Parts: sequence; structure tokens; C-alpha cells
Amino acid sequence: MDWFGFLFLIEVTIGGLLSGVMYALVAIGFVLIYKTSGVLNFAQGAMVLFAALTFVSLVEAGVPFFVALIISAAIMVALGFAIERTVLRPLANRSPMTLFMATLGLSYIIEGAAQIIWGTEVHRLDLGISNAPFQVAGVFISTFDLVAAAIAAVLVATLTAFFRWTRTGLAFRAVADDQFAALAVGLRLDRTWATVWAAAGIVALVAGLLWGARLGVQFSLSLIVLKALPVLVLGGFDSVLGAIVAGLAIGASEKLAEVYLGPFVGGGIEGWFAYVVALLVLLIRPSGLFGQKLVERF
Amino acid sequence: MSTALTDTPLQSPNILRHWPLIALLLAAFIAVPAFAPVYVMEAILLPFLALALAGVGLNLLTGYGGQVSLGSAAFMAVGAFAAYNIQLRLALPLPVTILLSALTAAAVGLIFGLPSLRLRGFYLAVSTLAAQFFVQWALTKFGWFSNYSPSGVISSPSLTLLGYNLDGTTARYLLALSLVTLITLGVWAFTNGPLGNDLIAIRDNETAAQIIGVPVLKTKLVAFAISSAIIGVAGFLWAFTYLRTVEPAGFDHDRSFDVLFIIIIGGLATLRGAFLGAGLIVVFPLLLSRLSALAFGGMIDSGVLELVQRIILGTLIIAFLVAEPNGLAAILDRAKRRFARSI
Amino acid sequence: MSFLKRITTAALTVATLAAGHAAQADEQYFPLQSYRVGPYAAGGTGFFGGFIDYMTLINTRDGGVNGVKLVWDECETEYAVEKGVECYQRQKSHADIAAWNPLSVGIAYAMIDGVTADKAPLITVNHGRTDTTDGRVFPYVFPLLLNPYSETSGIVNYIASKEGGLESLKGKKIVVLYHGSPYGKETIPIYDLLAEKYGFTVVQIEVPHPGNEQGAQWLQIRREAPDYVVLRGWGVMNPVALTTAQRNGFPVDHIIGNVWSNSEEDALPAGDAAIGYTAITTQASGNQYPVLQEIIKTVYDAGQGNLSDKSRIGSVYHNLGIVNGILNVEAIRIAQAKFGNRTLTGDEVRWGFEHLQLTPARVKELGAENLFHSINVTFDNHEGEGYVTFQQWDGKKWNVVSDWIAPDWALLRPIITKSSEAYAAEKGLPIRTSEDADKVTQ
Repeated sequence: MDWFGFLFLIEVTIGGLLSGVMYALVAIGFVLIYKTSGVLNFAQGAMVLFAALTFVSLVEAGVPFFVALIISAAIMVALGFAIERTVLRPLANRSPMTLFMATLGLSYIIEGAAQIIWGTEVHRLDLGISNAPFQVAGVFISTFDLVAAAIAAVLVATLTAFFRWTRTGLAFRAVADDQFAALAVGLRLDRTWATVWAAAGIVALVAGLLWGARLGVQFSLSLIVLKALPVLVLGGFDSVLGAIVAGLAIGASEKLAEVYLGPFVGGGIEGWFAYVVALLVLLIRPSGLFGQKLVERF
Repeated sequence: MSTALTDTPLQSPNILRHWPLIALLLAAFIAVPAFAPVYVMEAILLPFLALALAGVGLNLLTGYGGQVSLGSAAFMAVGAFAAYNIQLRLALPLPVTILLSALTAAAVGLIFGLPSLRLRGFYLAVSTLAAQFFVQWALTKFGWFSNYSPSGVISSPSLTLLGYNLDGTTARYLLALSLVTLITLGVWAFTNGPLGNDLIAIRDNETAAQIIGVPVLKTKLVAFAISSAIIGVAGFLWAFTYLRTVEPAGFDHDRSFDVLFIIIIGGLATLRGAFLGAGLIVVFPLLLSRLSALAFGGMIDSGVLELVQRIILGTLIIAFLVAEPNGLAAILDRAKRRFARSI
Repeated sequence: MSFLKRITTAALTVATLAAGHAAQADEQYFPLQSYRVGPYAAGGTGFFGGFIDYMTLINTRDGGVNGVKLVWDECETEYAVEKGVECYQRQKSHADIAAWNPLSVGIAYAMIDGVTADKAPLITVNHGRTDTTDGRVFPYVFPLLLNPYSETSGIVNYIASKEGGLESLKGKKIVVLYHGSPYGKETIPIYDLLAEKYGFTVVQIEVPHPGNEQGAQWLQIRREAPDYVVLRGWGVMNPVALTTAQRNGFPVDHIIGNVWSNSEEDALPAGDAAIGYTAITTQASGNQYPVLQEIIKTVYDAGQGNLSDKSRIGSVYHNLGIVNGILNVEAIRIAQAKFGNRTLTGDEVRWGFEHLQLTPARVKELGAENLFHSINVTFDNHEGEGYVTFQQWDGKKWNVVSDWIAPDWALLRPIITKSSEAYAAEKGLPIRTSEDADKVTQ
């Protein structure tokens, strides 16, 4: 491989890793909810759309950036509590499949409501982060991607700190370890769930802003869950660390495959490649890289 | 599989016990073609039959076998494209075409069913999405599948059986209805047979099943194959009797979710469930849009109307799940029992 | 937000229609299979908004087409084929259907057999199945103005004009970045053909649907170092392509968008990354044309406009809807000249479309000079030799930057005929002659 080819390989890898951060960002929202309540929340994509639409509509209506951010975050928290109250609580102790279906129904409601309230137009979202690349030793790196990665890192650090050092966080971990034991020592399951859904709402807001700045805020934003699902499978549904590692692994391998394998089969393989990677790893480790070994039944 | 299809399961000595079913079949085979308007057959009954059959197929896997699949639409696509290519290239009689396309779907189902030997739960469910995206990609990517049609969309060729042309609405409806009836009867026989019992045993407790000598691997794979074959026929119905056009994009993951919805809402591990669920998914949105069109008289933008409908549908799904964990079939049973008690 | 206003405008329209209905016996009905929600809502609201606005203008300003009122209703498809088919089944029972305009290739395909049996025209302006251009095989299908092959040729001709003539294409390299769908793949053989004919290299790279992640593709493009990138996108793929191009340092003014990558919604979300982006169009954007001024005056100032966001008046999709309205209305007018000023049958309207010849002078009379160039439909050419132009995004709006360019129809016609004749053979359809085309069911 010549020098240019080598640089190109580095660049593809870096680009892939940075994309992987963006996938992980969406996946973390799923992990939070799955870990505590065992629900694969398909409405996460709809929540991302709802959060981004709310924020961008507020900004367009002339609300200052940070005020809009706080209002959107408050709305997402309220949404999380409302979901716990109206959907999760009545469905407590049902099979995971029923809960999954309920979140599909929920995604219909949220998508519909988002578009009725804020309209179906495509919006531009400018976070004021430059999109222009800079060069390091001949390799292009995007400022935007770096900032996005930094924001993701801060988010993960905050979440980790929250769950490690606060009472609610402790309760969260107790519930995640053993629901019945947690109940037995008098923890309020419903309150923990509500908090976790609210946290997932905040994660959705962050993911919505970063992805929205790339894609524009529009309906297709909800489709980014399809990028997050293989990350979840690979990393394990219940591991934040797994989501990050798997996100990076999938981002990089998918880009490398598209660039180096794609031309042999005609390209466009990114849509399913991540799923196949995840599947192959699962054949060796059926609960993902970092997932807990649990026997599940429907 | 062929034995399952040809076994006639109605050996019940007390055939009168089945009178509601027989009345329903008579109505479907005789009254509907005679009296139903074209719109009802084209826009309601044909998609209903196709999706109900897909539901029956998936129910075998998910309801009886406990394996969740999010890739149903991929197997529908395989069935549809296989039928198109077999008819185009081999020009075989229609029943053979359908059988071969079902076998093709079964073969593809087997391949994507292999992970089920190791994976469970959502891990398996999400893995079946690999089938979903891979099949769609392959069908779009390789022009051979669509006979190099420049836009990749293909129109269904004409349907003939024993020299009769089946392109008319009524003929297509009867074809779909006969296939659905036959296959449903077959599945009924299967689930009440030894293999069906093995399948249920595995769903309920895999380890215990293994101990009593159930061939776990074989049973799981057979379930995947039969389920995919049935879903493949459903794809054939969807493409050839309903839409009359075949394109990969029509078989996306939303369709897979629709099929899963159908069996969850309808009731897992019941045959009626698939039909009730399909009825809800197909008929309900149409009813809602007709009703609201009537109520608002076109005063609301059709887009807003659609969104409102979607919110109502989502709410109803959740409400159904909350109200009745065992689906519409259980609600129907309860209603029947209450009715029986009251007379 | 705009919900209440929409209700009132809709109510007004209904009221006007009802009043019109009582007074006028002669009506021509347009079933609109529109899509106002879902991933493609921006295209649907603009296009159907423009179409409805133009029909409202004809009804209020002229009292209909020679006294025949235009009526319509909408059925939401969300761009999904099965919903479009349901709408078709629902709406086709209505009397006096003039023409179908689904604005979706998939839905159009599913309707071809149906409309042929019903003898009603099916219009797929700017898109659709290329071989339906051959009216000898597809009597009722009209890919008006521009089919995908002509679009390809138009784009290559434009690049040639920028480089100083077709000869200068020799040795150049063009990358086509296409959406991973049948739509995206449709022009692959045509780019190959033109590359061979003019001596440039073409590399075609697929972006998997929906296209929200294109890092790998643009890295490949950077390695290829092409002179131009043609964007054959759809929906969210377009702004992502532009921002990713910027991140990879590819000059945006060397990216040329195709006809579904040319709207405000495609460029606006990309922000600065889109400034200088150029795209093909059959209808110029902007509201300075007389017909748009009249729509603003007669329709919007009277509170009857269809777009909830007035800033979208004169946008690409809105203007496409208006041009589509002009083409439909003029086809009816032409058919009326032959069959009488009354409600026409679908087959009579079909005849009108097959004689839809609008010279630039006639286009000027209609107040659409420079909005679109001209059209020349005949029984065997259902596309009608539409001209294309190119527009460049300045960060806020599109500006026309080229003359009207003619695609190389003669080069493409044999490929189209080959495909349509194969279809006729497969389906056992007759090849129509001009005498057949003049037989009209009344």
C-alpha cells in the first residue's frame, strides 16, 4: 500500500469512528430504558424527531438558543413522565413483546403529534458549529464530528456520574440488577422508570440536535433508529459501555466495508452490513459484547 | 409441508360444531363475489387476505414457536419475486409456480432462521432485520430479479389457471380466498399434530423439551421454513392479486411491523387472531378515514386527517394491549361466552 | 399553528365548490392522490398546493375552463403504493374524471392497467417510467416534460456547456451519486452510454436508503477526484450529501442535482454547505411570473391559497404544481376545442393530452414565459420534448443560471422504443398507430 493509500485508510477509519459516535448517541437512549424496564423502546426515534422539531420551531419563533434548549428539555422530561404514567404503568409485568408493541403504538402517537403541532416542513438547524474540515498530516477531519464526539462524551460522563453518585441513580442500578429485590427494599419502581424515560428524552434531544444539524429537521430523522439497532445488538441491550464500543466498531467496519468491499458487489451495502456484523458476533456471543446473559421468553 | 397442505383436518365427528365457520366460508365464497362491490374486494378484502395469511405464517413462528421475527416483509418479497421470475422464465402452471415460490421463501427463511438456534428474544428479533435489509438490497441491486426493468418496478403478469384467465377482480379474490383457506386449514392440522406440539413444548420450556426428547434444532428450523413459505405465499398474494405490481420498496420494515402488529393485537397462538388482527390493521384505517371524511366533510386538510388517524391508531394499539393481553381473539371468546350464557 | 387557518381555507374552498356545484352542471373532476405527511411531505404539499392553486385561479378568474368548473378531492397516500391504490379504487367511482396525477412512480405503476381499462389519462410530470414516453404502447400514461433519460442527457449537456462544448467532455470524470432504490438506479445505463459516446469517465456510487449517512461514499469520491458530481437523490439524502461534501472539501459548485434534488427543502437544511449548488429543473422557481402574480392576487389575497406557509409561493415544487396545472387545464381546453365545451370523458382528455402542443408564444399568453419553455406532445411521444434549465442556490433561493437546454431526444428514443416494445410483447399489447389514437370513446 502506498503512502496515499495508507492515509486514505486512516481517514476512512477515523470517519467511521466518528460516525459510530453518532450511532452510539442514539443507542444510549435505548440502553437506558432497556436496562431498567426491559423495554426495547421503538419510540426512541419518534422522540428524537419530536425533540428536534420542538427545539427548531422554538428557535424559529425567536426564542433564544439556551432558553429553547431548556424548554425543549423540560418538554422531553414531561413527555417521559407522561409515557410512564399512561403506557408503562398499566402494562407493568407484561411480556417484553407486548411492551415493544406498545412503544410502536407510542411512536405513531408521537410522530403524529409532532407533525400536527409543528408542521411537516423541513427545517434548517444551525448549532453554530463549523462543518468545514481541517487537515492533520494530510487527513481531513471534520470539526463538527469532533464537537459531536465531545458532546457525546460529556453526555456519557454526566449519565455515569448521575447513576453513580445520586440517590436516583443508585435506585436505577438497583432496579436494573433485580426488580423484585428493589421492590422488596421499598424502592418506587414507577418513579425510577419515569426518571429513566425522562433521561432518555434528554438523550433524544441531544441526538436530535446533532443529527438534525446534519440532516435538517424533518420526518426522516426518526429513521436513524435503524442505524442504532445493530449497535444495540452488538453491544448488548443493557450496556452503555457496550453501546459506545459497538457504535465505534460498527461505524468503522461499515465504512471500511463500503469503501473496500462495496465496489466488488456494487456498493450500497451499508444498509445491511452492520446487521450482518452484529449477527456474526452474536453467533459467538449471544448476548452481545457486553450484555448480561439472561434467558428471555415471550 | 405438502402433507400439511393436503391433510383435511375437518374430521371432527360433530361437524355442526363448526357452523359459524362454515357459514362464514359460504358467505366468503358465494355471497361476497355475488354482491360485494369491486371497491370492497380490491381495496379491503384482497389486502386483508394477504396480510391475514402473512399473520398466519408469522403466528406459527412467533405465537406457537416463540421466535420473534421482524423480517416478515423480506419473505413476502422473496415469495413475490420468486413467483414473478418463475412465471417469466419457466412458464409453469400457476399452482406449481406458487408452490415453488413458497419453497424458495422457505429456503431463504431457513438461512435466516439459523441464528435462531443461538439467539433469543430481542437479539433474535433485531437480527431478523438483517434479512429485511439484505433481501431488499439484493432485489434492488441485481437487475436479474426484476428482469432488468429500468425502474425496478415490475407489473404482475397475467394469471391463468387451466386456461381460465384470473385477472378479473372476482377471480383474483377467489384465488386468494382459496389459497388462504387451504393454507389455514393446513396450519390448523400442523399445530394440532406432533410437530406442532413439539414446537409449543420448545416455546414453553426449551430445556424441558430437550429432556423429553423433542428434536429442538430440527423443530425450530422446520418452523422457520414453514412460516417463511406461508409468508412467501402471502407476498405472492400481495403482489399478484392485490397490487398487481412488485417493487422491493413495497416490502420494507414497516410492512414487517404491520404483520407483527396483526398477530400481537389479534392474539398469539390462535388462527383467528391473524384474521382479526389483519381486519383491524386493514379495515380500521379505512373506516376511520371514511368516517372523518364524512364528519368533517373535507374541512380538514387530508394531511392533518392522516396524522389524527395515526394518533388514534397508536392510542388504540396501546389501549388494546392494556385491556387484553391475549388479543382480539380473547375478547371475541369472552363475548361469545357471555352471549352463550345469556341465552 | 396553521391548523385553524387550514380548516377555514378548506371550508371556504368547499363552500365555493358547493356553490359552483349548484349553479354549474358541467364539471371536470381531478382525483388527487396527495401526500402531505411522512418523509416526502415537502414535495407533496408544494406540488399539490400549486396544482390546486392553479385550478382555483381558473375557477375564480375564468369561471372554469370555458365554463366547465374544475373540482377535486384529496386522498392521502403518504407516498405508499398500497394507500395510493386504495385511493385510486375509492376515487375512480367518481364521475367526470379528467386525469390522475399521483406524483409517485410506484403508485403510477400500480395504476397503469387500471387507467388503461378505465380509459383515463395518468400524468407523471417530470418523473415516471421512461418507456411510457412511447404512446404507441402506453396510450394513457404521460411522463410530461421530462423523463429520467432526458434528464440525464440534459445534465450532461449542461456540464458540456460549462466546459466549452461536448468535445471538452473527453477525459473528464463524473461521479453519479444515486439513491439506492429503483428510481436511483434507473439512469445507470444512460450515464454509461453517454460516457462512451462523449469520452468521459463515469463512476456511479450508491447511497443506501434513506441516505442519512454518506461518509464512505464521499471518501470514495475524494479518492476518485472527479470534475463533477451528479446528485441523483431523494429526500434527506440531498442535504446530507451537500454537508458531507463540504466536510470532505469537495467544491459545491461542481455538484449538479437532478430533478428530485432541486428543491428548497433539499438545499436549505444544508445551510452554508449548499451555497453554489446547481440543479436541473423544467420549471424555474420564483414568483415573478405573471401567472404566479395572478395566483397571489386572485387566490392568496382572497384567503383561498392552499399553501399554509406563504413564503413557499414560487418554490420549486409549488411551481411544478402550477406548471402541472397549466398542462392539465390546457389539455382539457384543447380537447374541448374538438369535442365541445362540456364535461369530457377520460378518453377525450387523453386525446387532448396527445395534442398538447404549447409553443413558447402560447406559454407567454398563459403568463408562464420563462416559467417553463414549451411542450409538444404527440400520440407517440408522451413526454413532449420539454426543455430544461439550471438553477443555483444562493443560500436563500434559487437563481436561474443557464438558458433553456434541449436533451438529446433522438439519441434516447431507440432505447425507449426497445423497452416499450418488449413490454408490449410481454403483455401482448398492440402497437397503436395515429388512426388508433384518433378513435375516441365519448
